[in-house]
Amino acid sequence: MPWTKVYLDKEDFEKASKLADQGLRGFTYRDAIKEALTQMLEKDESVFVMGEGIDDPGGTFGTTTNLHKKFGAERVFDIPIAENGMTGVAIGAALAGMKPVFVHMRVDFLPMCMDQIINHAAKWHYMFGGKVNVPLVIRSIIGRGWGSAAQHSQSLQALFAHIPGLKVVMPSTPYDAKGLLIASIEDGNPIIFIEHRWLYEQIGHVPEKIYTVPIGKGIVRKEGKDVTIAATSFMVYEAMKAAAVLEKDGINVEVVDLRTLKPLDEDIICESVKKTGRLIVADTGWKTCGIGAEVVATVAEKALKYHRRC
Amino acid sequence: MTISYQVENTNITNELLIQMYSTMLKIRMFEEKIIEVYPVQDMQCPVHLCIGEEAIAAGVCLNLKKEDYIFSTHRNHGHCVAKGSDMKLMMAEFYGKKTGYSKGKGGSMHMVDPENGILGTSAIVGGAIPLAVGTALASAMKKDGRVSAAFFGDGAAEEGTFHESLNFASLKKLPVVFVCENNFYATNSYISARQPHNDIAKKAESYLIPSVQIDGNDVVAVYEEARKAVERARAGKGPSFIECRTYRWKGHVGPDCDYEKGCRPKEELDVWMDRCPVKTFEDFILKNKSISEKELQQLKANIAKELDNAVSYGRTSPLPDDKELFEDVYA
Ligand SMILES: Cc1ncc(C[n+]2csc(CCOP(=O)(O)OP(=O)(O)O)c2C)c(N)n1
Ligand SMILES: [Mg+2]
Repeated sequence: MPWTKVYLDKEDFEKASKLADQGLRGFTYRDAIKEALTQMLEKDESVFVMGEGIDDPGGTFGTTTNLHKKFGAERVFDIPIAENGMTGVAIGAALAGMKPVFVHMRVDFLPMCMDQIINHAAKWHYMFGGKVNVPLVIRSIIGRGWGSAAQHSQSLQALFAHIPGLKVVMPSTPYDAKGLLIASIEDGNPIIFIEHRWLYEQIGHVPEKIYTVPIGKGIVRKEGKDVTIAATSFMVYEAMKAAAVLEKDGINVEVVDLRTLKPLDEDIICESVKKTGRLIVADTGWKTCGIGAEVVATVAEKALKYHRRC
Repeated sequence: MTISYQVENTNITNELLIQMYSTMLKIRMFEEKIIEVYPVQDMQCPVHLCIGEEAIAAGVCLNLKKEDYIFSTHRNHGHCVAKGSDMKLMMAEFYGKKTGYSKGKGGSMHMVDPENGILGTSAIVGGAIPLAVGTALASAMKKDGRVSAAFFGDGAAEEGTFHESLNFASLKKLPVVFVCENNFYATNSYISARQPHNDIAKKAESYLIPSVQIDGNDVVAVYEEARKAVERARAGKGPSFIECRTYRWKGHVGPDCDYEKGCRPKEELDVWMDRCPVKTFEDFILKNKSISEKELQQLKANIAKELDNAVSYGRTSPLPDDKELFEDVYA
């Protein structure tokens, strides 16, 4: 399917779009996210979007620009700089049947809300015997800019993936960004939805209709037989580039895009390793206790017998 | 609406007036230097300029001793310059060099200068307010007579840390001065979109902290209120809160203005530019004959030279080695 393909750059995409069937729309990751929000705001009255500065001209890297004009300040609004309290407010609204999307400019501001996310959002369904649930999407952004320093350049996905009750989603393509965001809004659980700022300009095929991409399912972006690279988010593109380079040396790489970190698609990873016998994990976060460690542990647990020595 | 400086019935000497001026001027010229060099794109870090807000840093820090503590934010350049940091080492930090204050790992948002009482600045809104309460707690325990000052913006008054810090500082009567730079904006959000009223000092009052709301562009007013607050702290009488109303001239981040992008009305900026804290005070001290035109020009020339040296020091200093990436993770 054309939309499962990863386009490394605009040129690559343009070449592909000439070949592609007529009627397939090319769209950026940024616009895909904005369209998902727009369509869900249109479709479902319980959806609302809140976040610091989401109504300003920049509009969260262009993903929320002018949504407040289209849907009114009751449903798309700026908030005080009060992350923890505002997370609680969103959780409360979610408990009462709303579907809030809380937007943060950076994942680095989420540590402010850890109490509400971990002790409240993640626990509420389980701790009360499944009688209530928290349909909350927390969108946040990773990836550095210029000299952003240590408080503005983190990749904290593993922190959230550690917590039962949370789901962690990291789309790499425009198609997945839209489909996974819609799936997240409809999921009924607290979702940490992580975007990489270097992906906003990525172009890919994005259908106009409302559709979902299943949470918890990875995808093979490139088939290969010698080694598996399990990659997240922006690293999927790096993995594809590496695969192209290695191809010249006769090494045939299989690239698995994890897409969701929690729940992790263990089957797709193990199936791939079964075939290749070798595994590399490429994540944007830190190694220790990170996603890489988790994927490797999963393989050690479930597919070690397929390990091939070099 | 100009500024009328009240120096009568104060102990403000001529020398002090000149110090106020030269501190503000240094900050202004420091920021303007960044604007000048930034297009070269070799200063690879975000810069949050404080042009228009210089009187606050100057008025507060001139009341502090070298060993007194300050904590600040992403918009910290003015505070560090006023506290006595070396502009050369600041520039080196902004250029990401190992000679910089944070060995090139902080950039402009993260200054540290322990010798001058700066134990770090945080780019997390509200992040450093409790740290200032903590140094004040340490001073109270050690009875070292130091005062701590926390600089933060209007946006920080929305954070939990603000309220938790004020509550504890008041409860324990800690030697801390809270300095809120109310420039009415947090990035591009006007304060009325974030707070039900804009009298931030009122919030502090409810914690029984002596609080004032003043013109933050009036360096004499800032100096006088800070003097009282610092005296109160040193005398063991607890915290004070100073809300300084001011305005930033440039965009939230970077060297450009932002009204062209529709972030705020140009007329609003014009009103505040007419109330320039540096120029208005310059006119005042010239008229007052506290300084001669010649001395003033000399002062500007000296700062300009210091800044040229600072930039070339920053540019020519070595970058950190690759292996330093993994250094200083643990003490
Ligand atoms: C906890 C947290 N939330 C959001 C941000 C993004 N942010 C950086 S500066 C800023 C505005 C701060 O406004 P204010 O405190 O008034 O300071 P000013 O920039 O006006 O000096 C925001 C929202 C952040 N750095 N930290
Ligand atoms: Mg402000």
